[in-house]
Amino acid sequence: MTRVFVPKDVAALALGADDVARALSAYATVVRTGSRGLFWLEPMIEVETPAGRIAYGPVAANDVPGLLAAGLLTGAAHPLRMGRPEDLPFLARQTRLTFARCGIVDPLSLEDYRAHGGLTGLERARAMGPAATTETVAKSALRGRGGAGFPAGIKWKTAADAVGERKFIVCNADEGDSGTYADRMLMEGDPFCLIEGMAIAGFAVGARKGYVYTRSEYPHAIATFDAALGVARGAGLLGPDFDIEQRVGAGAYICGEETALLESLEGRRGQVRAKPPLPAHKGLFGQPTVINNVITLASVPVVLSDGPEAYRALGFGRSRGTMPIQLAGNVKYAGLFEAGFGLTLGEIVNDIGGGTLSGRPVRAVQVGGPLGAYFPPALFDTPFDYEAFTVKGGLIGHGGIVVFDDTVDLAHQARFAMEFCSTESCGKCTPCRIGSVRGMETMDKILAGIAVDKNIELIRDLCHTMRFGSLCALGGFIPFPVMSALEHFPEDFHRARLAPAA
Amino acid sequence: MPNDPAEFEPWSEARAEAIIAARAGEEGATLPILHDLQSAFGFIPTEAVPMVAHALNLTRAEVHGVVTFYHEYRRHPPGRHVLHLCRAEACQSLGCDSVAAHARSRLNIGWHETTSDNAVTLEPVFCLGLCAIGPAALLDGKPLARLTAARLDAELEKLS
Repeated sequence: MTRVFVPKDVAALALGADDVARALSAYATVVRTGSRGLFWLEPMIEVETPAGRIAYGPVAANDVPGLLAAGLLTGAAHPLRMGRPEDLPFLARQTRLTFARCGIVDPLSLEDYRAHGGLTGLERARAMGPAATTETVAKSALRGRGGAGFPAGIKWKTAADAVGERKFIVCNADEGDSGTYADRMLMEGDPFCLIEGMAIAGFAVGARKGYVYTRSEYPHAIATFDAALGVARGAGLLGPDFDIEQRVGAGAYICGEETALLESLEGRRGQVRAKPPLPAHKGLFGQPTVINNVITLASVPVVLSDGPEAYRALGFGRSRGTMPIQLAGNVKYAGLFEAGFGLTLGEIVNDIGGGTLSGRPVRAVQVGGPLGAYFPPALFDTPFDYEAFTVKGGLIGHGGIVVFDDTVDLAHQARFAMEFCSTESCGKCTPCRIGSVRGMETMDKILAGIAVDKNIELIRDLCHTMRFGSLCALGGFIPFPVMSALEHFPEDFHRARLAPAA
Repeated sequence: MPNDPAEFEPWSEARAEAIIAARAGEEGATLPILHDLQSAFGFIPTEAVPMVAHALNLTRAEVHGVVTFYHEYRRHPPGRHVLHLCRAEACQSLGCDSVAAHARSRLNIGWHETTSDNAVTLEPVFCLGLCAIGPAALLDGKPLARLTAARLDAELEKLS
């Protein structure tokens, strides 16, 4: 029977992909894949034809009889026919390296993985030896994709040179930033890529055990990744030389902070540790530990297989290689867009994202999750690059971009930032624990029109204290959304005071 | 989180003992054990806390500290159905605040509460990774997207 590819990414499932797969099962061999990341077209199904795959989307189960009658299985014309997926402008403009296989392969087929270039990176690493592997990662200029942007090669070399009874590779899959879903998509769509990246890291630094700490809000990713670990063990890809265990979080945003994550893995409250010591010296169970984000580790196989020069040739400034940008929220073409660093924010939001889903003007975008700044369209010339965003008072974080239309109230968003920080603070340091509560209370006064100017001054002062007095990025960066809202959208903070009395 | 409330077991000390013993030898076993207890019983029964402490050579205070630190561990049984509604920014940009207000008023409960007929527990969640198709939710682990008040009503009516 003809093969039809139907995603089982949780986003596709939320849009009815299981019903579509069931409706097709009597007429075609249904292969479940991850998502290509074009969410406005999900469920997007693809039919295998002599001319390549032909995509149709968005397909509902009740479209299936009509599609079959029109000749779906030969790739025939239909209003939902999108043509070859790689010709769709949203995909054609991308440089898919880390996400090269996502949405194409059966995520649990090691044969598919191999047939699409998988495991060549690990073979290269084994052929060149541990030191040269670390050197290759360093030469590629790959930086941590979790948000901090620290050079992966330096981290690996530090752990490789550190002395310890045991060493660990820890993968941070606690992707808690709103607007981000790249880790989730990769773990659901190409889990062997992460396994290969961790195996390379283990080989490079001399670790025999890896942990993946996945947030509990991702039950589908957890299930797929556990199944992939089983397949990898069965095939001897994991075993006594290097094995991986997945651990599941319990709904604490702070555990995305690396030292809180290590505490949690050790079985304690997810409270931040003071640094130094660095995890590369004393990390998990006091041993030298490489802790990297999912996308960092999943980018390593392609760095090894294509060579560091090819990877480094892409990008902008000191941000080399590609970044999976995640367009989210009120945006017309919401999806995953992997490209070299350096596109401007305006190109991403307007040209690629197509503006807002609501059709109203874009008023603000929040880049980098709940700790990221709100940028107005006036800053849309900012290139997507770690340093360029820092200069403008923001951060790119894990690459999520949340778009808001002109109905957004930025004073309300600033209040939410403080509320979020108060809910998620680990409580270890005072500026974050107390500051966020005071910040929320002060924002409530501003929203009620009480002593607005005085309270805005108080917010500025509080943000300064949190920025420089907090132990980690939660309390330290929550001033970004608050201060950017105040700086770029001051009118929203005066609405209550200026509104006529009811 | 991927628990099906229909399958929870009544408290049993012997069962808890077996769950704890199964993983007590692992390094950093506290969270995995608490997850297993919650998926069996639907929450972390108070009686289980000293048992976990004993097995892992921790104090009761340490285990209590872990149970209360993480948002997901429950100290009371949930309702027959659990609705996790996303409250984070990407869903806010698509109107999740009004969906949440509707849910609270329809169910007549606040966050973390259970309806008086024990049918539905409402939990906030900060991001489900469905940021491209929000407002999003998980209803008994089933993902829901592009929620409106009407769509949520339809899903809640399907529960019996």
